[in-house]
Amino acid sequence: MSTTFSTDELQSIEALKAKYPDPKAAIMPVMWMAQKKWGWLSEDVMQEVARAMELPYVHVLGVASFYTMYFKKPMGRHHVQVCTNISCMLRGGEALYAHAKDRLGIGHNQKTDDSRFSLEEVECMGACGGAPMIAINETFHENASKEQMDALLDACT
Amino acid sequence: MYEAPHIVLPKINGIHNVDVYIANGGYSAYRKALAMSPDQVTDEVKKSGLRGRGGACFPTGLKWSFMPKGNEKPKYLAINGDESEPGSFKDRQIFEENPHQLIEGILIAGYAMGIKTAFIYIRGEYHKWVDCMQTALDEAYAKGFVGERMKQTFGGDYSMEILVHKGAGAYICGEETSLMSSLEGDRAYPRYKPPFPANKGLWGMPTTINNVETLATVPPILAMGASAYASIGAAGHSGTILYGVSGHVNKPGVYELVTGTLLSEIIYDVCGGVPGGKAVKAVIPGGSSMPPLRGDELDGVRMDEEYLKKIGTHIGTAGIMVMDEDTDIVAVTLRIARFYHHESCGQCTPCREGCGWMEKVLHRFAHSNATFSDIDLLYNVASNIEGNTICALGDAAAWPVKGFIEKFRGEFEARCRPDRSLISLNVVHGRRNTAETLVTTLT
Ligand SMILES: Cc1cc2nc3c(=O)[nH]c(=O)nc-3n(C[C@H](O)[C@H](O)[C@H](O)COP(=O)(O)O)c2cc1C
Ligand code: SF4
Ligand code: FES
Repeated sequence: MSTTFSTDELQSIEALKAKYPDPKAAIMPVMWMAQKKWGWLSEDVMQEVARAMELPYVHVLGVASFYTMYFKKPMGRHHVQVCTNISCMLRGGEALYAHAKDRLGIGHNQKTDDSRFSLEEVECMGACGGAPMIAINETFHENASKEQMDALLDACT
Repeated sequence: MYEAPHIVLPKINGIHNVDVYIANGGYSAYRKALAMSPDQVTDEVKKSGLRGRGGACFPTGLKWSFMPKGNEKPKYLAINGDESEPGSFKDRQIFEENPHQLIEGILIAGYAMGIKTAFIYIRGEYHKWVDCMQTALDEAYAKGFVGERMKQTFGGDYSMEILVHKGAGAYICGEETSLMSSLEGDRAYPRYKPPFPANKGLWGMPTTINNVETLATVPPILAMGASAYASIGAAGHSGTILYGVSGHVNKPGVYELVTGTLLSEIIYDVCGGVPGGKAVKAVIPGGSSMPPLRGDELDGVRMDEEYLKKIGTHIGTAGIMVMDEDTDIVAVTLRIARFYHHESCGQCTPCREGCGWMEKVLHRFAHSNATFSDIDLLYNVASNIEGNTICALGDAAAWPVKGFIEKFRGEFEARCRPDRSLISLNVVHGRRNTAETLVTTLT
């Protein structure tokens, strides 16, 4: 797989840069684009982001490593996130996380060998009223139970 | 349209849609503002008594008045939708249910301060709510309510561009100067103040940062008039607040109520009490950074900043976390310390190292392997972080740890090894009322 943005993508990157007073500010949306396309930010991907953004590679690496949501290694197709912060902890978040670890056989920020799943113990996701909550990729599932988690995981292909 | 207490989240079906919003008087508060001078608008907000909903409770009109006048330099508005404080989940309700009121609030704020560009910074995890906000913004652009076409729609020659910016997972980005670094495309390191953002903010230009709920409260203030708004709720902290209640209550959720509502009323009447009819052991009143209250202190507690300040805590983000009698306080304190250790950006030594130490020491308590002097050690470390850092994350980490020790010292003592030294150097603070527990651990 080649790690280059298409001409269309490069065009939308230029459009993004033009939206901010300083083009550097487009780095976060561009990294989101890159992660969507390639799944995670490998060195090659970050080099490509650096080229498109006309920024040094180290800057891209520095920004990528500051945030938890930019993946610095390959993750599963279904990224399972379980919150264990206070509100979720009070309502069984830790047991849910233990269940996810057991069931998937992996730990924090690991993926299964078949790349179907990856797991992350996350900090508060801003859904505390629906504690305990889990998220699979971009979708929140609130008031979660082990049974519900099992059903959700079964449905992931 | 606005009837207290449903001011920020009016009970109107489909109000997230621009047409429904207009049909219910939407964007008329902005027209009203346009008929006034920018300074008059700021004065109106000052008179309303509105205070920021992002945590620090700073008077909004006063903040706006710090912005320099004149248009020689570009000025910016950043809307803080990072919402990462554990226990806070109210801003997403605005993105989902009433995004146009936020947009209208942004326009009014922009007009008052002469700002032509605004950025709505939303935490990365809120994929769905970023989409909600973007959809609303697209609608507003299409109607000519935002952007160059505003001039034709509303008359006058003020216009504003608004951009949604998505974060990528870092609690610290909610801190205003960190948010600016993040938005500029750097590692999101907080910056020392002064200079304050009103003088030197985004790209070195004058900048105001306001929370989502703060700005969504501005249109009703203009619509009903400052004095009407000021008469709602508690003196010194007027209006309504979106209280986010979580933890051990039967009906957790976001409830809009007037300021100064009794905490007991929120827990027992609004949220249906504690599951299993259990007693309350502790309540964090305003998000994880705020000192806790003990269950036996809740009588008469009113949820507004002036009242809470008097009893040693703060309204913060009004994220109320309720813990029942079976809660392990040591485990909760450890979890909070772990969170701040994880989120510290690492710039300042007291915060970077101190948060790690607090977590380490708390592990000893969690494993019932602490010594009595560890209690003072923990308190000492927290005190040495507080006030000695670039940004307030340091305080946010220290306050709950100190608060839990002060209020629940017995729980910590019970986790000390009885065979270890019992000569506790209780030098740091005098608020211990648990000599009884000391004796029981002794025997
Ligand atoms: C560590 C830390 C995290 C913060 N997180 C948020 C946040 O998620 N959302 C927010 O609006 N304010 C947050 N704040 C407060 C902001 O720095 C700032 O005071 C606020 O956004 C100003 O808006 P307001 O005056 O309308 O309240 C945080 C502050 C600190 C120190
Ligand atoms: S207090 Fe902590 S989070 Fe804030 S700047 Fe210092 S190290 Fe970073
Ligand atoms: S504590 Fe889990 S979503 Fe807030």
